[in-house]
Order: sequence, then structure tokens, then C-alpha cells
Amino acid sequence: MIKDFDIFDILIGKENDKDYKKKSVIIQGITGSYGSTHTRLMKAYGTNIVAGVTPGKEGQNFEGIPVYNSVAKAVKASGARISGVFVPANFFLDAAKEALDNGIKLLVAIPEHIPIKDSIRVLEYAQMQGAKIIGPNTPGVIVPEIMKVGIMPAQPFKAGNTVVLSRSGTLMYEVSYILTRAGYGQKLCLGIGGDPVNGTNLIEAFNMVRYRQDIESIVIVGEIGGDSEEQLADYLIKTKFSKPAVAYIAGRSAPKEKRMGHAGAIIYGNYGSAESKVTNFAKAGVPVAKRPSDIPELLAEKSRK
Amino acid sequence: MRLLEYQGKELFDQYGIRIPRAYLAYNTDEGKEAAARLGYPVVLKSQLTVGGRGKAGAILKCKTEFEMLPKFDELIHKEIKGELPRGILVEEIVDLKKELYMSLFLNRSKRCYSLISSAEGGVEIENVENKIIIDTPINGLSSQIAEDAARNLGLTGNTVAAFTDFTMKLSNLVNEKEAELAEINPTGILGDGSLIALDAKVIIDDNAMFRHPELKKYEQISELQAQAEKSGFSLVELDGDIAIIGNGAGLVMSTLDMVSDTGGRAGSFLDFGGRATTETIYEALRVISKIKRIDAILVNLFGGIVKTNLVAQAILEAYKNKIIDVPLFARISGAESEKAKEILKGSQAKLYDTVDEAIHAVVKEVSKERN
Repeated sequence: MIKDFDIFDILIGKENDKDYKKKSVIIQGITGSYGSTHTRLMKAYGTNIVAGVTPGKEGQNFEGIPVYNSVAKAVKASGARISGVFVPANFFLDAAKEALDNGIKLLVAIPEHIPIKDSIRVLEYAQMQGAKIIGPNTPGVIVPEIMKVGIMPAQPFKAGNTVVLSRSGTLMYEVSYILTRAGYGQKLCLGIGGDPVNGTNLIEAFNMVRYRQDIESIVIVGEIGGDSEEQLADYLIKTKFSKPAVAYIAGRSAPKEKRMGHAGAIIYGNYGSAESKVTNFAKAGVPVAKRPSDIPELLAEKSRK
Repeated sequence: MRLLEYQGKELFDQYGIRIPRAYLAYNTDEGKEAAARLGYPVVLKSQLTVGGRGKAGAILKCKTEFEMLPKFDELIHKEIKGELPRGILVEEIVDLKKELYMSLFLNRSKRCYSLISSAEGGVEIENVENKIIIDTPINGLSSQIAEDAARNLGLTGNTVAAFTDFTMKLSNLVNEKEAELAEINPTGILGDGSLIALDAKVIIDDNAMFRHPELKKYEQISELQAQAEKSGFSLVELDGDIAIIGNGAGLVMSTLDMVSDTGGRAGSFLDFGGRATTETIYEALRVISKIKRIDAILVNLFGGIVKTNLVAQAILEAYKNKIIDVPLFARISGAESEKAKEILKGSQAKLYDTVDEAIHAVVKEVSKERN
């Protein structure tokens, strides 16, 4: 396997970097209602948003952030390597390709309803360019109390040493909030997205953080559909991961062959069922909480062992 | 979007994949006429989106008209797994030398399309040991890959070329129509070595539908669904009496699980998306109000960005305008929750700080109604 991508390197950098904790981020679709709302919130949280892209709006500025017609110009002016994409689903393929062609190395894809074919194409493209995609259909990624690229509210999160990896957005907020109140702050919370095809899947997200000494535990928030939880469970066994890990799976009571809100949350036969995920996590020694509010207790139990 | 068998077969036909002669019929007269045109024996196939039709008795063979009429009548009224048929496909019975399994599907973990084939057809593929799974490039299968699969299945003679041609056509369909799955189970091998699709299970990527106006005619959604979709909500109708609404698919699924653990039965799953505003909540209540069997509403809203007092205002408005008249139990985390409680005082809505409290309250309420 290629040397794992350290997500902290790109999101906040190293201590002697000149721009430590101030890495440049651009926002594609900055002048749209969704893009502008969240640009304001990200900036208030501490994210160093240096430029925005909206074709036809070059020369404007949004709360002091210059807007460009193209990613090429935004990157040239700012040197950013991270982009948060807020464009409508039917523009996503072009927007993502443009970003990847112009030096973006981490693309956080917020929009929902991206056709699977477009996601696969963007992923192939990213691979060729040595870039990473988070999403689509993701709330994004947050390093609590430092920065966030995404749409998550600030209040559930607190700095600490737990990592939350989630297929769901609001459930990531809920679980993080529960952890925060129980005294488990977070190092990183990352939404992989609710689609069938994820730019960064659970194993890859896990690989982004597994070597870090400063991480004490991992919480995985899964849901029905696909087999990424099963794959991660196998991988935890294979890599002999020894830090406390706890999971939660949403959709135990969901009917088969019905899409439960997320494009990816659907069970076909036994493929994608909650039982299969719970069984596999059990094999890997990862307890699965019955309710989100049970997570801190399970984590405490694992930490004592 | 899951296509019905006859719809999938229409697509097969457009792509040059051979299908048996068949007619769609909605009543016994049409059924009789269809069978007469085909000649007996025929097979009657209930058009449903649920799987396992054979085992469920939704596929019946008929040798004569005398046998066909009562069977047709039985099938057209027979609900299978909660679904009534949308027509009966009356199809000729073809003589087969052998049956295969074949599908092209979106391989989520590998993030590509995979071809699965097996020399055992007409069975549940999950239970088959001898199957060949081959990953395909995004632009579709190459004839070399298809030919290798044919040889691996032990096919010989002109059937190798027939298999290659058949799978290539299926691959074109999947690629152009943006299907998540196209399964032909069974695929029949005829006496002359050529292939025929005896069934069709095709699922189109809903998110790609905007590029496929030609498939719009296959979409059949209830009025309620249409309304939910128009508002950008995801709605799944369930058979219980508690309507569950919230922001975010995972959160609502999680609420569903907890309600079921507490002994309640969910009547609907409604996710109004991450963008919770007072308008979306009002609109969600309007959608829910159209479901008849609902005795109570449970709202689980993880706020943060939306102000709780505005949500309370929307709920109050919904009662005032008689959009809803059943009790509502809500867990709304976020700013201004004290103010929200004050606003809803004296209404049929109750606010709780935790989801567990709200769930216990709603389950208690509906069990009271039931008794």
C-alpha cells in the first residue's frame, strides 16, 4: 500500500509550518445561498478561507474573500490545496475536475444527489492526480476548535483525542455531542458521506488517522447498506488495531429494499443488513452501541481493559 | 428506481437482448387475448418490485385457457409482501437447453461495476458457490473480459460468442442508462446456442434520472411521495402509527430503531434534510398529515444552526392552521430551547431535552390510543 495520507498534514500542517493551523481553503460555489452561509460559519470557526469560485462573479468579494471565475485563478492567487465544493449536483463533475486539474489535493464534496457514474469518474480522476475526495453527500470534516470544511454546526464538537468516522451527517453531530458531554473531546470528525460510492471509504478514513500517537480511541458511526463496515471490521483484525474502538449502526429496524434517506442506505437480501455489520464488528472486538447515548459507556469499558 | 420485469425487458429489447414474446395484461379478457396470440402453454408473471416472486407463488404456468382464467384472476388480486401487481405479464414458454445467472452491478466497495455470472441459473445468487465475479472498466465491459467469463463458465461452441455479445449489450445498457444493477436470472441458452433473457431486474440510479427523461414514464410514485420529493424530503411509508420526522437520514433511522426497541411502531420515515428551517418543518408536517393511520408525531431534530424557538413557532402554526391534529413529541436540541417550550405551552406539542424521553412519551401515548 502507498504511504498513508496524513489528513492532519493537509488540514492543519506541522508545528513549524508558517501556516500551521491556517491552511488555505477555497470554496467552490461561494456565492450560492448554501455556500455563502457556510463560508461565513467556517470562517467564524477559524478556517482560513482565502478565495471563492463562482463563474461570472470574478471581481466581487464575499465578506472580504475575493471571488474568481475559475479554480485556476483562485489557486494561483492563494496557493490553496483544499477546496470545499458547494455547487449543485449537476455541476459537480465539472467543478471537481477543474479543482483536481488545478492543484487541489483535498476536495470536500458537500452536495447530495450526485449520480454514481459522476462520483466514480471524479474518483478515478483524483487517483490520477494523487488527490483525495471526501464525500460526496458529506457534512465534511472538522478538527474541533481549529478548523472545519463542511456544514456541521460548531456546538457539538470539542477538542480532544477521539476520532469519529461517520456515514451520516446529523448522527455525526449527535454522537460527537454525546462524546463531548461525556468528556471525550475529538481530534477529528469526518463524514464519509451517505452515497453508495464514497471518495474516502471507512478503511481509507481509518488509514488517515491510525498511525497517530495522539489518538486515543475511534468511534465508527455506520448505517445499513453496502459492506464498508464489514470491510473495516476485517481490516481492524488484519492490522491488529489495539486502541479502543466502538461502533454504532443505524437502521436495524429498516425494511429491506427501501432506500432510507441516503442513496447508500438500502439493504438487498442480506447485503447491507445491520446484523451483518454488527456480527463483523463483534468479531473484530468492536462493541456496537444499541443507542447513540450508550457509546461513552462502551468506550469507557474498552479503555479500562 | 426499480423497474418492473416488463419495463426492464423493454430496455433489453432496445439494446438487442433477446426476450421471450409476451404481452402485458390488466384483466382476464386481456390475459385471454394475450395467451391466444402467443399460443399455450404460457406463463403468468405478476409485475411486482419485490423479489422472490417464484417462491411467493407470483409466477404460474398454464397449459390451457381453462387453467389460465382462474389463475390470472388470482394473481391480479394477490398482494405479495404488501404489494399489489401492476399488471400480469403473459409470456410464451421457451424450450431451454440450460440456464445461467448473469448480472452487472455497482460494486460499492470496489467503486466499479462488476459482472457476476454462474452456470447455475434461476437461483439466489448469494447462495451459489460457483460464480465468477469480474470487475469492469467504467466505460463498460470489453469483449475479451466477456469471452473469458464465458469460457470460465464452461460454455463452448457458438454459445461463447453469443454470451459475449449478450453481456456486451447488457453492459451498454448499464452504462448508458446508468443502472445500479441489471440482473438476468435466469438467462436461458436455447437449442441453437443463442441466449435469451427470461427475467429482468433493473435498478436505475435515482440521482441520474435528470439525464434520462426517456425513463420518466416508468416512474410510479404515490401522490404523497411526489409531494415529499418536490419538497426535497425522503419519505418511506411504514406500517405503524408513529410518524417519525427529523433532519438527516442517519438520525431518523436511529430514531426508528429506538422507537422499535421501546415497543413502538413507526408509520413513516421522513428525513427533511440537513437544511432545517421553519418552512421545511411546516412542510414536513403537511406531508405527514396526509398519512391516515398516524396517531402521533415524533420529531427528532438536531439543531445547532436552526433556532429552536422558530421551530416551535412552525409547529404552533401547523396546529393553528389545522394541518395536524394529533399529539406531537419533539426533541429539539439547539439554541433557545427554553423559549420554545414556552411557545408550545398549552398546545398538543411537548418538547423534551433528550430523544429517549421523547420516545418514551410518544410510545406511551400511542399505546394509550390503542387501548
